[in-house]
Amino acid sequence: MVAVDAHSTTKVVVEATINGEPVQFLAEPRQTLLECLRDILSMTGTKEGCSDGNCGACNVVMGGRLVNSCLVLGVEANGQSITTIEGIAPAGGLHPLQTAFLEEAALQCGICTPGFIVSASELLKHNSHPSEDEVRFWLSGNLCRCTGYDKIVRAVMHASDIMRVGHQA
Amino acid sequence: MDNVEYVRPGSVSEAVALLAEKPGKARALAGGTDLLVQLKSGRRQIDRVVDVKGIPDLTEIRVSADGSVVIGAAVPCFKVYSHPAIIAGYPGVIDAASIVGGIAIQGRASLGGNLCNGAPSGDTIPSMAAAGAVALIAGPKGNREVPVAEFCTGPGQTVLHPDELLVAIRLPAPRAHTASHYLRFIPRNEMDIAVAGAGAWVALDSNGVVTEARVFLTSVAPTPIGVPDAAKAVIGTRGESAALDAAAAAARAAAKPITDMRGTIAQRVHLSGVMTKRALAGAIARARGEHVPGAHEAHRVRSNAAAH
Repeated sequence: MVAVDAHSTTKVVVEATINGEPVQFLAEPRQTLLECLRDILSMTGTKEGCSDGNCGACNVVMGGRLVNSCLVLGVEANGQSITTIEGIAPAGGLHPLQTAFLEEAALQCGICTPGFIVSASELLKHNSHPSEDEVRFWLSGNLCRCTGYDKIVRAVMHASDIMRVGHQA
Repeated sequence: MDNVEYVRPGSVSEAVALLAEKPGKARALAGGTDLLVQLKSGRRQIDRVVDVKGIPDLTEIRVSADGSVVIGAAVPCFKVYSHPAIIAGYPGVIDAASIVGGIAIQGRASLGGNLCNGAPSGDTIPSMAAAGAVALIAGPKGNREVPVAEFCTGPGQTVLHPDELLVAIRLPAPRAHTASHYLRFIPRNEMDIAVAGAGAWVALDSNGVVTEARVFLTSVAPTPIGVPDAAKAVIGTRGESAALDAAAAAARAAAKPITDMRGTIAQRVHLSGVMTKRALAGAIARARGEHVPGAHEAHRVRSNAAAH
C-alpha cells in the first residue's frame, strides 16, 4: 500500500512556455494538460466540457497546432510553447474575435466561448478571409448548446473583417 | 485516470525494450486521441505510457529514392495531408486523413494510431489498405512487415504483439494512371464516425481501361475488410455504370455489419454498395486526371457553386 501511494504521488517537473511566459510545474503523469492548467496553474479560462475530444471547450494551441488539452498529458507539454485563452487578448484590450463575439452576442452561458475563440484565432492565422463554410468546417470540433452557431459564425467572419481593415489601416 | 509511469524514449530499440518490460501493461502514446480516452474511461488499464514522439523514425515523413513514402506512425494527420508527395500520389489517404475528427484532433491523431487502435470504423485504414500500404513493425526479435490490409484482426485487435512497436507505414511508389479515393457516410458534414465507408484504388491502361483495382470497406465488419469481388467487377471496364453496379452488389454481399447507435444492418449493407460505387468512380476519374473533391472540400465546392 505504501509502495502504491509512493508511486501515485510521483510527480514530474514540466517546463513549458505558456502565453509567452516560462512556466515550471509539477505534474502527475496521469494529469491531462487541461487539469494542469486549471488545477495546478489556476488558469481557469480553459474549460472542461466532455473531456474526451468531442466538444473543443478545452482547446489550446501547443507547438503551433490547435489541440484538445483534455487529450494531452501535462507531461507532454514539457519543452512546448502553449497559448491558452488567457494569452489571446493584447495587454489592456480585446482580441478582435472577443470584440466581435460581444458585438454579435455570440455567447450565452459562455462555457464553450474560450474554446471557440482559441480555435477561431488559429483559423484566422491560417486563413484571414474564410468563407462561411470554411468557418463552419474549422469549428466543427467545437460544440455550443446555446447559440445555434449562427451568431458564432457571424462573429468569426466579422472579426476577420475587423482584422483585415486593421491591417490595411 | 489511474496513475501511470510516463517515459519518452529517443529510439525504436529503447521503446521496444520499455514495452517488452511490461507485456500488455505498457502502451505506445502517439496523439493520444484514442489512448487517453480509453485510460480515462477505465476501458484500458496500463502501468506505463511510452510516448513515441521523441523518436525520429515515428515522427518523420520520408520519400525514398524509388518514390515510396514512409510515414512515421506518430505523424499527425495535418502533416500527412499537408505533405506534397502524399497529396500527389495518394489522394485517397488525403481524403481519409482530412476527415479524422476535427481540426484539433487532426493536430495530434496519426495514421499509425488509427491502425493500432484497430477500430472497425477506422477511416484511414481502408484508404491505406487500398493504396497497398505496408506496416513496418519493430520488436525484440527484429523487424517485420505486415500489409495494412492484414493488420487488424478484430475490434481493437491487431497483429501487433505487446512487445512490438508500429514504427511507420510505407506507401508504395505511385505509378502513372493510378489513383485512389476514400469516402464515408455520416449524418452530418464533418466530425463524426463512419456509418459505412469505402476506399478504392485503381490502375488504368493507356485506353482508360481498369487493369488493377482494390476496394476496402470500413464500419461494416469486425475489421476493415477487402472486397476482391468488387475490384474484379471493374477490371477490364472503363467504370461504366453496369460495372460499378456489379461492384456495389459485391460490396453489399461482403458487408457483415451490426446494428448500433450509428446505423442498422440494412442501412450499412445498402451504404456499402453506394460508397463502393462512388469510391471506385472517384478513383477512376482521378486516374484519368479529373479533379474529384474529397469530403473535406466537397461541402465547400458545393456551396461555392450555389453562390455563383
